[in-house]
Amino acid sequence: MIRLENVSMTYGDQHTYALNHVSLTIEDGEFVFIVGDSGAGKTTLFKLLIKEMQPTSGEIFVNGKCVTRLKRRRIPMLRRDIGVVFQNFRLLKDRNVYENIAFAQRAISAPAKDINKNVAEVLTLTGISEKYRSFPDQLSGGEQQRVALARALVNKPSILLADEPTGNLDPGNSRAIMEILEEINRRGTTVIVVTHNHEIVRQMHKRVINLKNGMIANDIREGGLAYER
Amino acid sequence: MKGSSFFYCLGQGFKGIKRNKVFFLASVATIAACVFMVGILLAVMMNINFVLKEAQDSVSITVFFDEDLNENEIKEIGKRIEGWDEVSHIEYTSAEDAWATFKESYFKDNPELAEGFAGDNPLANSASYAVYFNEIEDQSTIADRLSSLTGVRKVNQSEVTANALSDVGKIVGIISLVIGVVLFLVSVFLISNTITTGITMRSEEIKIMKYVGATDFFVKSPFVFEGVIIGLIGAIIPLIILFFVYRSALTYIMSQFNTITDAFSLMPVSQIFALLIPVALILGAGIGIIGSSIATNKYIKV
Repeated sequence: MIRLENVSMTYGDQHTYALNHVSLTIEDGEFVFIVGDSGAGKTTLFKLLIKEMQPTSGEIFVNGKCVTRLKRRRIPMLRRDIGVVFQNFRLLKDRNVYENIAFAQRAISAPAKDINKNVAEVLTLTGISEKYRSFPDQLSGGEQQRVALARALVNKPSILLADEPTGNLDPGNSRAIMEILEEINRRGTTVIVVTHNHEIVRQMHKRVINLKNGMIANDIREGGLAYER
Repeated sequence: MKGSSFFYCLGQGFKGIKRNKVFFLASVATIAACVFMVGILLAVMMNINFVLKEAQDSVSITVFFDEDLNENEIKEIGKRIEGWDEVSHIEYTSAEDAWATFKESYFKDNPELAEGFAGDNPLANSASYAVYFNEIEDQSTIADRLSSLTGVRKVNQSEVTANALSDVGKIVGIISLVIGVVLFLVSVFLISNTITTGITMRSEEIKIMKYVGATDFFVKSPFVFEGVIIGLIGAIIPLIILFFVYRSALTYIMSQFNTITDAFSLMPVSQIFALLIPVALILGAGIGIIGSSIATNKYIKV
């Protein structure tokens, strides 16, 4: 479960709020869209959840742990339970698909005997098995995002955070990525998608948290069709 | 760190070098240049100290004894002096030896003049010990201690020589230290810049590792291994060059400057490299580790 209690984040003069007294709860196994215009605070929220930033005030809890008071040396443990996917994929260009995914397993010192099995599993889940030897430059945008998804999932996180995962993709690939995310969610992972893609949000019928000027403008349970910009 | 992670990080260190050949070559060249300069400095300073030590070792205090002491009593005192910690060794000169040396020096052109002393050693009371010491700074203390011994008539010491050699030794020490510190600082500056440039190109890799939950130690390890490899190669290259340069220089000086080499000897290659090899390897690896750690720290706080 993710819980934000009165979280604020200010920049510069202390009067510019990226997030302004935000409180929200995301239950285990939920699928949530976070939407809003540029500068609404979506990316700040994303960074606060993985403790890339520290809020100016308020508390953040992830799976019962207080992220805001987490010691620096404990951050890796938090991140092992949160898979992250970025708009620009962030794959290592000099490593093939298999190495890009196995890299995440090695980073958490997974036993060598489990790495092959786990990588094969997520490659199948994301539908990219046949390309495991290809390098990122040899893949389409959709395929690269599948690899990024596989990397985020290989450590079996309980939460998946995706920051504009369809931002660089055409509608067909966007839909395919969302289907994979839905499947991941069906298997029990909490999925949080930060997006600008209103079409997809409308189609998915999931909870939608709409941020405006750093505040929650509305939080629509089972949103989808009800969500209008 | 688990065994598999250790080998993974080590392997990544080698792969990192393979992926970033230009950065690798630039870093190796920088470290090699610095280690080469340190090596030259060390070789020169070691030789200066070696020559000074030789000169210092040849300085001694001469002790003469009371006229009524026989040779056995003098040798008894000699045994006591030899037992002192500050004393490296002593050399005994009997009255007869002293007269023979004197005759050789002063009457070599007119030996008939010395014949007038036949059967009557004018230096009958000149049996002496030359006392050599470990540290030249101890000369005055030892001289005072010798003067206070019962049976000792006179103590001759060359304070000027001792002080001059001691001062030269100190000056050489200070100069080596200053040049060494300057060289080290210049090296660290050059190397940290080179390594930082190389790691900046790989900052994305570091960030991704952090996002997937890698610990700082795990993120740093491949870069540190890489730093060690670069440092060791950067040290071995100048060591090989220095070996041939020093050996040739030694041969050249020995053959061309006989007057210098007659007066004192230079350190042999084996003695120089017995110190230079560990110093260069530790310096190279150390600079590699410190440089890569500093550079990685800039990007690790994600």
